[in-house]
Amino acid sequence: MYYLQFLLSNLGRKKMRTTLTLLSIMIAFLLFGLLRSLAAAFDQGAEIAGEDRLVSINKISLIQPLPESYLPKVQALAGVDKATSANWFGGYYQEPKNQFPQFPIIAEDYFEIYKEMISLPDEQMQAWKKNRIGVVIGKALVDRFKWSIGDRVSLKGMFPREGGSTTWEFEISGIYEAKSKSADTSAMLMHYDYFDEARQYGKGDLGWLIVRVNDPKQSAQVAAAIDALFANSPAETKTSSEKEFAKSFAKQFGDIGLITTLILGAVFFTMLLVAGNTMAQSFRERIPELAILKTLGFSDFAVMLMVLSEAILISLIGGLAGLMLAKFFITGAAESMAATLPGLTLSNTMLLFGVGLMFLFGLLTGIIPALQGLQLNIVAALRRR
Amino acid sequence: MFNAITQIIVVTLMNLRNLPQRLGTSAVAVFGVACVVGVFIAVLSMASGFQRTMVSAGAEDVLILMRAGATSEMSSGMGYDQTQLIANLPGIAKLEGKPLSSPELFVIVDVPMRTKDTNANAPLRGVEPMAFEVRESFKIIEGRNFEPGKNELIVGRAAQTQFANLAVGSVVKFGQNQWTVVGAFEAGGGLAESELWCDAKILQNAYRRGNSYQIVRAKLDDKNGFAAVKDAIAADPKFNLDVKREADYLAEQSEPLSKFIKMVGYPLAFLMALGAIFGAVNTMYTSVSNRTREIATLRAIGFGSTPVAISTLVESLVLAVIGGLIGALIAYLVFNGYTVSTLNFASFSQVVFDFAVTPDLLIQGVVFAIVIGFIGGFFPAIRAARLPVATALREV
Repeated sequence: MYYLQFLLSNLGRKKMRTTLTLLSIMIAFLLFGLLRSLAAAFDQGAEIAGEDRLVSINKISLIQPLPESYLPKVQALAGVDKATSANWFGGYYQEPKNQFPQFPIIAEDYFEIYKEMISLPDEQMQAWKKNRIGVVIGKALVDRFKWSIGDRVSLKGMFPREGGSTTWEFEISGIYEAKSKSADTSAMLMHYDYFDEARQYGKGDLGWLIVRVNDPKQSAQVAAAIDALFANSPAETKTSSEKEFAKSFAKQFGDIGLITTLILGAVFFTMLLVAGNTMAQSFRERIPELAILKTLGFSDFAVMLMVLSEAILISLIGGLAGLMLAKFFITGAAESMAATLPGLTLSNTMLLFGVGLMFLFGLLTGIIPALQGLQLNIVAALRRR
Repeated sequence: MFNAITQIIVVTLMNLRNLPQRLGTSAVAVFGVACVVGVFIAVLSMASGFQRTMVSAGAEDVLILMRAGATSEMSSGMGYDQTQLIANLPGIAKLEGKPLSSPELFVIVDVPMRTKDTNANAPLRGVEPMAFEVRESFKIIEGRNFEPGKNELIVGRAAQTQFANLAVGSVVKFGQNQWTVVGAFEAGGGLAESELWCDAKILQNAYRRGNSYQIVRAKLDDKNGFAAVKDAIAADPKFNLDVKREADYLAEQSEPLSKFIKMVGYPLAFLMALGAIFGAVNTMYTSVSNRTREIATLRAIGFGSTPVAISTLVESLVLAVIGGLIGALIAYLVFNGYTVSTLNFASFSQVVFDFAVTPDLLIQGVVFAIVIGFIGGFFPAIRAARLPVATALREV
């Protein structure tokens, strides 16, 4: 207790300098918090994807379709628990900037395969199945466009309907819930049957297949079996776990994410360096005082400990303030960014990691003056005054 | 008046000459500013490089015609008959009697990346001979052009740097089809250089697109003819098309990513600047407190408080400008021309672009440094001016 008081009064003696140092550290850790959450949000597609789900796409590229006949063939394979399909609708609401994902899917199968991620109340599912032009949407979409059940919405799609018009009418039959915290709720799901009947060309083309395997350990074999099934056909497949699939997407953004991280990492360390230098300097100025403490009978070790704990204390105060600020910003931004960048959070692991960094930083800035204090020759140090 | 100016000059020069004595703290301030300015320039040069690649090749007198409602070339589609109707519209330029109208297909292929262990969506464009006439900057720089009717590819200069196996002479396989790379091209540094090109007819077969295309690029015979063509298309019920200037279309396509880079870049630059300002303020306070006796002595022998304050401010500015210049130089040396690629949300395909550290950005960076230096020196300068002479002289 006594020591703490001593430390605090030491901090208080050059208030301006202490404040500035604290602020620098705070900003460094604020940056750290923001960055880590951003990076985590980019990677999280890969995090939430299940290991027991596989995704099959056309080997040429994702935009090339697969024939409808593939679905029953895949379903019949050994090791496959359930298979379903999805397409890309590629529409927007009113203006091109209002884009969001829409998938023509097979209602019950899709919700069955993603049952640990999303769910739809039973009566809404029944109502949806009865309504040909019915769609269900997630919460992020409800928030974005203020839609509610029963609303009619018309979208411009990339597929023309019979007759050439690209305007599609839908009616909202339900709102699906996210069961897992990181599930994406910015999508609209529509009936594949309606989409397929109404589109002018490409009838019977599936976008991609989603396959759940019986045993996650068999994923690799099942994936290989699917690809082997269609080898040397006009539409060869490329099957990977949903996780790899999501990862390969994240990787495509590639360089930009990496560069931003590198650059900001550099900034983080620069700012700590600047703050650290000021702290070290403030210790250097006080070396004669350390000599006095020693004269008064404090042991070498106690003096060293005092210097170190002061450094760590500053680092912790500034750093925790920064992380708290980051948490505050991220929580605020998560709501409004839910549609464009879902899953923006600052996880507890990252907070802990941040605290670890603070200790490390305090140690690094304090260690040299602390060692100097340890080896201090009292007479020489007192004479420096 | 003259006296005041002489005083300012004398004190400032003395101050600057003493800088080496405070090398440690000054170097930290310089380093801090250099890093911040360097990062600031690097982030913005990424945005400007991307913008340049996307927009530079866009011509004002070239039209892009897409199906109504399509948000990019990829989501558009139209039949052969439509492309013919477009070609015969009045207002489209002609070359040796043939309309300068280029129907094109635009798809993506899954291609391994050169440096990363992943595949990427490479843009593949199917074109006909007019495509080369519509784009004035198009030039084959290696090998030759593809022959119509053959499975041959020509690849953009930038695509070659990012995707694997695209050297002239190599053979690549997309699905069941083998393609030979026969040439590499340049297109004024624009977006097309990220693409792979082949014969439209071959691509129609390979992707089972029948006799359909996705977009038409057409050249106007008169720069101001845009409105006329647009009206003609709007008035004709045979068409269900959106018409845009190529330049406008490309600007639209580049918007989401540029916006994203800037949305992340500016707030971060602001935070970093705050950090650098704290660093500078700290350095300058230390500088003032180290010189307490010197300043007090100056005041005692008749120097005014303004020259003392200004000298502190100038010291801060000089340090910041040195830092800014170093940062700008490093950013230029490290990042200018650095090639990267990313997925452009708008077209769902890879865009390859170079960082562009423009003179404009360098100036912005140095101005940024001056602002940091000014704010960083302001309060310490006031403190220096207000030092009570008698007590300061007594200090140590």
